[in-house]
Amino acid sequence: MRKFSWFNATSLTFGFAFLYLPMLILIIYSFNESRLVTVWAGFSTKWYGELFQNKAFLDAAKVTIKVAFWSSTLATILGTMAAYIMVRTGQFRGRGLFSGMIYAPLVMPEVITGLSLLLFFIAIGLDRGVITIVLAHTTFAMCYVSVVVTSRLVSFDQSLEEAALDLGCTPFDAFRSVTLPIIMPAVISGWLLAFTLSLDDLVIASFTSGPSSTTLPIKIFSAVRLGVTPEINALSTIMIGLVTIGVISASLVSRSMSIKAKADERRAEQD
Amino acid sequence: MNLRARLLIFVPYAWLLVFFLVPFGIVLKISLSDIALAIPPYVPTMKDGFWTMIRGLDLENYAFIGAGAVFASFTLLVLAIAMFQILYPRVRRALIPDARYGIFDSAAVALTALAVVVVNIAVLVAVLSFLFPVLSDFVDIPDFLYFAAYLSSLKIALISTLLTLLIGYPIAYGMARSAEHWRPTLLMLVILPFWTSFLIRVYAWMGILSTEGYLNQLLINIGVISDPLVILNTNIAVYIGIVYTYLPFMVLPIYASLDKMDDSLVEAAEDLGCTALSAFWLVTAPLSKPGVIAGCFLVFIPTLGEFVIPSLLGGSNTLMIGKVLWEEFFNNRDWPVASAVAVILLFILIVPIVAFQRNQEGGER
Repeated sequence: MRKFSWFNATSLTFGFAFLYLPMLILIIYSFNESRLVTVWAGFSTKWYGELFQNKAFLDAAKVTIKVAFWSSTLATILGTMAAYIMVRTGQFRGRGLFSGMIYAPLVMPEVITGLSLLLFFIAIGLDRGVITIVLAHTTFAMCYVSVVVTSRLVSFDQSLEEAALDLGCTPFDAFRSVTLPIIMPAVISGWLLAFTLSLDDLVIASFTSGPSSTTLPIKIFSAVRLGVTPEINALSTIMIGLVTIGVISASLVSRSMSIKAKADERRAEQD
Repeated sequence: MNLRARLLIFVPYAWLLVFFLVPFGIVLKISLSDIALAIPPYVPTMKDGFWTMIRGLDLENYAFIGAGAVFASFTLLVLAIAMFQILYPRVRRALIPDARYGIFDSAAVALTALAVVVVNIAVLVAVLSFLFPVLSDFVDIPDFLYFAAYLSSLKIALISTLLTLLIGYPIAYGMARSAEHWRPTLLMLVILPFWTSFLIRVYAWMGILSTEGYLNQLLINIGVISDPLVILNTNIAVYIGIVYTYLPFMVLPIYASLDKMDDSLVEAAEDLGCTALSAFWLVTAPLSKPGVIAGCFLVFIPTLGEFVIPSLLGGSNTLMIGKVLWEEFFNNRDWPVASAVAVILLFILIVPIVAFQRNQEGGER
């Protein structure tokens, strides 16, 4: 039995207070009546109304969601393929380089990735716009997806796949009807991770975006540089709310999926 | 290997080659070219064939950064470490086929540590040899700026990694000690901020730390201070911002290694007469070392090139290399120097990145 001391309790309390108080303050003050953000002048939702009147923010939000959707979908396909190769394919020429290229973007400073991609797009003469941001985001997000999917692929029973192959499945059929359903929770959380990473990214998007394709983080950053404003507080509250709902529902879905998968496995063993 | 498997490998491999590796080659090339008033603002050095290119290569950008020497020494060092890391496992396998962790591995660790020390000494020597000419003609301030930025990035990254460890370890420890049914919830509470926008989390501190911000209001109201503290736009705010945003990266790997730990080991130590504290130092701390190492790398590496935190929370005297690169690129439009800054940052990072990857692979085995 583990002992839970007063020291553990205090460090948890202070730790979580540190993690959550700043965001809580931000949310509370987004309902502030006053334009002076640090003085409380009564409850109001007027900054939310003003936010939805702001066309520049709405346009940027549309671009951001479009980029996030396409890049996370592409990244999920490529990242799952990469994970499958790393786990299932044995030795091949250039494997070391491949694994290096998958791990490196996870820790590479964004300024370097952004700069190198921008110079690349200019060198090949591709105009900067939504497409270049999608390509850039796909490249770094696919590495996160492949890490998430790899951890699931490593832990599942490979004999299931072999059984399908023995029973006459083609490798693709075996992947589609056996492997994919089992790794689905990881693929979905990989997609969600790629989506939020793309939604959040400021640095790489700043390098690879063109004049007509400003994303929401770029807009927020240029507004925030001048100081704290109530509109940005309102926007932040909306984003925090969406992410919280997303994460909680995703974890509930994946929990129920893994419970169902376990029940299926048990039934299969009994049959 | 059949055609299907080859095709499967080809697609993601080609994608990474084109969008990850090739762009670095272009950065390297541009870092060796001249600045020009044009779009793009540099003169390509490769259009008249290979030999003209070699003759035309321009190390001026590196000299301008004042880091040619560091660049060379880093290249040599990285090569030496890479050779060692490749050769050592093969030699070891050849000498003692079924050896377990032993004196050879300790030697390997010691050599790697030595390499890290050498890196630091190389930087120090380069700085000193660089400082004295600068002292004699202080006109050349831009040169000094880059060096100071590299050094101060290293300093800020090291100190904030240490602070994150000091704050993150007790949280991870508390999580691992809590009741079984609480742990998924606590884990989610640590992960949730990680999913929330980085920019928003940094922005949240701007309202708290400014001179008329919430923290100063609170402290003045309860009478601790009479004049507001200046925290925003100083390095202290940068440390707070880094610790706050990177805390989940530290807590999660430490929690993972503490959670795997067998509790009966601590009980055995206590039965054998250890106090709780010495049991912690002798049993828990060594067993959580992989998590601590992974966490430190995950905080240190991205912090070194951090841009958002120093530009929002730091002041004009906060020098960090990510910010310098950004300003060189977007404000001064000096693409060759920005590329050279990126190349050197990459070389500084290769040592910790390779070490991190090896640590991860070692952990999986």
